[in-house]
Amino acid sequence: MIAYQISIFAENKPGKLAAVTSVLAKAKVSIRATTIATADTFGVINLIVDDPKRAETALTKAGMTVHLRPVLAVMIDDRPGGLDRLTQLLSREKINIHNAYGFVLESREKAVFIVDVDQMDRTAELLEKNGFRTLDTEALSAIEPFHYMKY
Amino acid sequence: MYWDRDIETMERAKLEEIQKSRFQQTCRTAARSSYYGKLFREIGLDPEGLQGLSDIARIPFTTKDHLREYWPYGFVAVPREDLIRMHSSSGTTGRATVIFHTADDIEAWAQLMARCLYMAGMRRGDVFQNMMTYGLFTGGLGFHYGAERVGALVIPAGAGNSKRQIQLMRDFETTAIHIIPSYALHLSTVFGEMGLDPGGTTVKMAFLGAEPHSEKMRRRIEEIYRFKAYNSYGLSEMSGPGVAFECPAQNGLHIWEDSFFVEIVDPKTLKPVPDGTEGELVMTTLCRKGMPLLRYRTKDLTRIIPGACECGRTHRRIERIKGRTDDMLILKGVNIFPIQIEKKLMEVPGVGTNFQIILEREGFNDRMIVKVEVQKEFFSGDLKQLERLRRRIVEELKSDILITPSVDLVEPDSLPKSEGKAVRVIDNRKD
Repeated sequence: MIAYQISIFAENKPGKLAAVTSVLAKAKVSIRATTIATADTFGVINLIVDDPKRAETALTKAGMTVHLRPVLAVMIDDRPGGLDRLTQLLSREKINIHNAYGFVLESREKAVFIVDVDQMDRTAELLEKNGFRTLDTEALSAIEPFHYMKY
Repeated sequence: MYWDRDIETMERAKLEEIQKSRFQQTCRTAARSSYYGKLFREIGLDPEGLQGLSDIARIPFTTKDHLREYWPYGFVAVPREDLIRMHSSSGTTGRATVIFHTADDIEAWAQLMARCLYMAGMRRGDVFQNMMTYGLFTGGLGFHYGAERVGALVIPAGAGNSKRQIQLMRDFETTAIHIIPSYALHLSTVFGEMGLDPGGTTVKMAFLGAEPHSEKMRRRIEEIYRFKAYNSYGLSEMSGPGVAFECPAQNGLHIWEDSFFVEIVDPKTLKPVPDGTEGELVMTTLCRKGMPLLRYRTKDLTRIIPGACECGRTHRRIERIKGRTDDMLILKGVNIFPIQIEKKLMEVPGVGTNFQIILEREGFNDRMIVKVEVQKEFFSGDLKQLERLRRRIVEELKSDILITPSVDLVEPDSLPKSEGKAVRVIDNRKD
């Protein structure tokens, strides 16, 4: 299953991320995960949010340059070797990762690893065949990221 | 102290007589070119019927656009086989203007250059290091020929390669250099990196050319190097350097009126202004045979300095160039028109609507930053794709303007809309 990451083109200067989060806060969009990649004077802000469409509309309306980019949101075990199982599989299959980041769903239980790869469909199929669960946007927005009750 | 005392100190009345007869001869020659031949027929001008220099007002101005329109041979007034050299304006590949010279033209140019160099103090026995680009650009060869006429030992070093320049200066005890002012400042830092004092060389005099610069910048260069620096003015359309040059008084540039007829005009009304008033420099060649140009608009802003010069030369002086009447930029001695950058940018897929050119002086280095809006549809969230676009823009611009700019990609609609040309260019260079 394919999820969507929202990417925002941003000049590398103070206040840019604040402008993005302020728009999303007003649009009541919840942010699951964030990464920022920069190349000197400009960069890309990547967000996993609960409602990518709403986020896209709100940010575009605010004049920002936004792109919804398909990514794979892979469930992994939050314990030693959990991520390694996934990356070993991708490595064996010679799948190149452009960008990746993760967030914990349930401490010491479950985490989500977001990967941006060049062969999206083939990778999705491969992951399922090997027993990995991939989340689509709906599944991503349904999950509650933190289970504080466990503590 | 004079290379050619008779001409350099000639009484004004006699100088004007020479101008008058040379002007008529130039018109006779020009009439043989297809451009001026047609123009003279249209305005009913017969070179034989010219009464004097006041008749010059009957001739419409010649501009760079005319040179382009009649490119390449439309201004040539002699049989093609009489031409022995061509030169072209610097830095512009797509819109280059070409100037052709006969053997006499090259000799006359060399003599004018020798006159300039001798005036500034160059003599036989001097070692002259020419740190200017040789080739299509006139700055290198113009000085080279002039210095050889004076009898100096010429080191044709060419531009760049700073460490070698310094090594040459040390090895051969260079006494005179020709250098772009911004490069002179940069070179002084290389001296420092090599643990050397730029003020400790054998160089006595420098000729600063190819780039307008302020009096303050000249003084700074003189202080760093402890030599005298003289301002040189020229343009390829008037053969190149040797048009106007500073004498030891360093108070304005003598413009050689036996070779050029000079007018300063109001850039808006195009009417001549009196001496002392700033305007656009308009020049007519008085000696050129291969490709005479009449009333050529240089687009350079200056004024005639009224009064006589203490050096005794009667040729009037122009003030250092104040700016341009068009939007041409000069960076590291290269002429750049914003339209060239615009054209190149618009050819690159992914480039948005607006761009901005920013010129900065960082330490002793001039640099150009081009801010380019990314097309909204181009953005796919891929940083590498953006980086590739940025690199491609750098390469495309470099191949056209011969300077490597910094390119910053910016968000669509984040730059000011281009309402006038000036908005696109921000010049932050100060002195």
